[in-house]
Amino acid sequence: MCWFHELVAALFEIVRREDFSDVTYLLEIFHPRLAKAAKPGQFVIVMEHDRGERIPLTLADFDPERGTVTLVIQAVGKTTKEMQARCPVGTSLHALVGPMGNPSGIGDARKVVCVGGGLGVAPVYPQARAYKQSGAYVIGVIGFRSKELMFWEDRFRSVCDEFIVCTDDGSEGIKGVVTAGIEQALAQHSDIDEVVAIGPPIMMKFCAETTRPHGIRTVVSLNPVMVDGTGMCGGCRVKVGDQVKFACVDGPEFDAHAVDFDDLMARLRRFAASETAALERWQESCRVARGG
Amino acid sequence: MQEQDPKVRATNFAEVACGYTLEDALREAERCLFCPDEPCIRGCPVEIDIPDFISKITEKNLRGAYETITDTNLLPAICGRVCPQESQCEGVCVVGNTLEPVAIGRLERFVGDLAIADGWESVPYVEPSGFRVAVVGSGPAGMACAADMAKAGCDVTVYEAFHEAGGVLKYGIPDFRLPNAVIDAEIEKLRQLGVTFECNTLVGRLFTVEELLTELGYHAVFIGTGAGAPSFMGIPGESLAGVLSANELLTRCNLMHARDFPEYDTPLQAGTRVAVVGAGNTAMDAMRVCLRLGAATVNCVYRRTRNEAPARAEELHHAEEEGIGFNWLTSPVEILGDEDNNVRAIRCQRMELGEPDESGRRRPLPVPDSEFEIDIDMVVYAIGTNANPILGQTSSLRLEQRGYIVTDESLATSIAGVWAGGDIVTGAATVIEAMGAGRKAAKEMKSYLGLRDTDVVYLPERAGSAGKRFGIDLQEHNYARVTA
Repeated sequence: MCWFHELVAALFEIVRREDFSDVTYLLEIFHPRLAKAAKPGQFVIVMEHDRGERIPLTLADFDPERGTVTLVIQAVGKTTKEMQARCPVGTSLHALVGPMGNPSGIGDARKVVCVGGGLGVAPVYPQARAYKQSGAYVIGVIGFRSKELMFWEDRFRSVCDEFIVCTDDGSEGIKGVVTAGIEQALAQHSDIDEVVAIGPPIMMKFCAETTRPHGIRTVVSLNPVMVDGTGMCGGCRVKVGDQVKFACVDGPEFDAHAVDFDDLMARLRRFAASETAALERWQESCRVARGG
Repeated sequence: MQEQDPKVRATNFAEVACGYTLEDALREAERCLFCPDEPCIRGCPVEIDIPDFISKITEKNLRGAYETITDTNLLPAICGRVCPQESQCEGVCVVGNTLEPVAIGRLERFVGDLAIADGWESVPYVEPSGFRVAVVGSGPAGMACAADMAKAGCDVTVYEAFHEAGGVLKYGIPDFRLPNAVIDAEIEKLRQLGVTFECNTLVGRLFTVEELLTELGYHAVFIGTGAGAPSFMGIPGESLAGVLSANELLTRCNLMHARDFPEYDTPLQAGTRVAVVGAGNTAMDAMRVCLRLGAATVNCVYRRTRNEAPARAEELHHAEEEGIGFNWLTSPVEILGDEDNNVRAIRCQRMELGEPDESGRRRPLPVPDSEFEIDIDMVVYAIGTNANPILGQTSSLRLEQRGYIVTDESLATSIAGVWAGGDIVTGAATVIEAMGAGRKAAKEMKSYLGLRDTDVVYLPERAGSAGKRFGIDLQEHNYARVTA
């Protein structure tokens, strides 16, 4: 048996965990081959247990030396809340497959704005780092609702030449959303080659509108509902320009100025009723288990 | 053969066809004429010695019948259920000239099920050859190739991107047609042959095909990744919630158990009035799944007639029995939504058949001013699939225009040491054709590795064949010892 088989047999063990807030947590998972293969912009699909659903998560980091990949997860639905409750260090995921999707084209842009909104700070970080390593001038823009929810500020800042923090309530940095940060960067630099924006669809939509008048190439990473992640279910289809693309194999990154965000947001609500029902049922079962 | 009552079965996921009893099987086997011409063997893509296995059933030598089938087909319980027998073995059966042909598929299934139930193993003694073989994709093509290479003494690893092995047999074909337990039993047989299954492994992205040969040290690679990418029509309304591919519907329902939501976490918003576009086996599966998920009405929308429908005769018959509505000569032009982005109706037009097209079937042409609406809340597309793009994106494999892998007649690809077969080469076809391709590639791979089939007895070479052993040139130093 070769070395690779032994390593995969180690079954996706969680080796480190960090809780940034009540809703945001980080899992570092042992998978040396994946850590070696992963590139900025790619994602994985995770199943927490054998009755679980397959959820796509963009890689927040990967470390070939440690043989690990890092995911930052927001507990919003049944699956992510259940993972938050059931995944301490030493446990294992049922399934972890990837890296999926096309890597970011870290091209020859010389000056780049990397925008992360909320949870989006995690997946945009590897791109900022890659641009920094390629010798580009990197302007980081991060946005959170308030100071308490912030994470990875120092880490992100360390790969940026300039760094702009925005909070909705003004508890840190600029009071406002990330587009205010982008405006500020655009006002100070006339030679920005590219903007990379990752966050909630509505944020990415407004980032696209902010850069559109300037004609600056803008890239967003889309995370629609998908099952297999290998181009097979077609659930992740998105409208880009006049074409229909599968985010899993044609993306996940697309030209922000061509993406139909309204279509994306409508499709993200496809299973809203089931998702709400599953979450309520799970929370009820937790209350029963606690004897409350 | 006994079947569940259509009204009852449309509410459950248990198998429709109950299978033969021993008496049924003996009675059916007696119908075989054992004609000297044996057209059924030629009608079978893997050339099972059908008269031989049927004659063994008549002798009640069921184990012998099983061994005859598994000489060429390792998965009888699967093929007996899903082969289109009416266009293969049974289609050319001489009995069928005047009466119903011998039910070869049902007999095959009977023998295969018995083998699973009684735990028969036909694990031959295999002399390890020292060669390592990688198979990409655990569907029928990959399983067949893996079986043959393992029997030839190779150390075989099958890579699968999903968390469970089986490919389309698992995610695509529903339980009422092919129970998951049958697939798992057949996979277990491969494990007993020494095949390793590595799930959660996306070849192309985790490592490339080229890396399988270099860094991972495999001596030969077989690609059977299938044609899984679903097609849509490109008409307005396709991004509405409630419009999905048959692949998505079936994968959610079969592999992810969405039918047992919320016991399982994967949701599936089942429609109450469903239209399924297409009339192949996948369309039949999708329609019957929707019925079982509780749909009140299910309509098939197909632009040609029943005669051109590509589905297996039995599936079409079962779908009709279960109360599916068929709209032949009908083609969708638009899907209409409501203010909440849900499907409200599908607008269709009538078609008529014109001159034959390149497929030999008469081309459907729209009838002017024939548009009408069907009130529905879910649309499922089952109009065919395309090549999976991932290996094309990540390797130097030569592809043809539509993305299928180019091979020569021996199924060798443009990369030395890499073969491909099944839907990723031919486009969507049948389970048995994919298995046939897997076996054909295995034969070529063995020849490439200098292996000779262990089930063939080689005579010692006569004088004058110096430099050769077992008919293999000694220069070609990779030969295996053959054990009788």
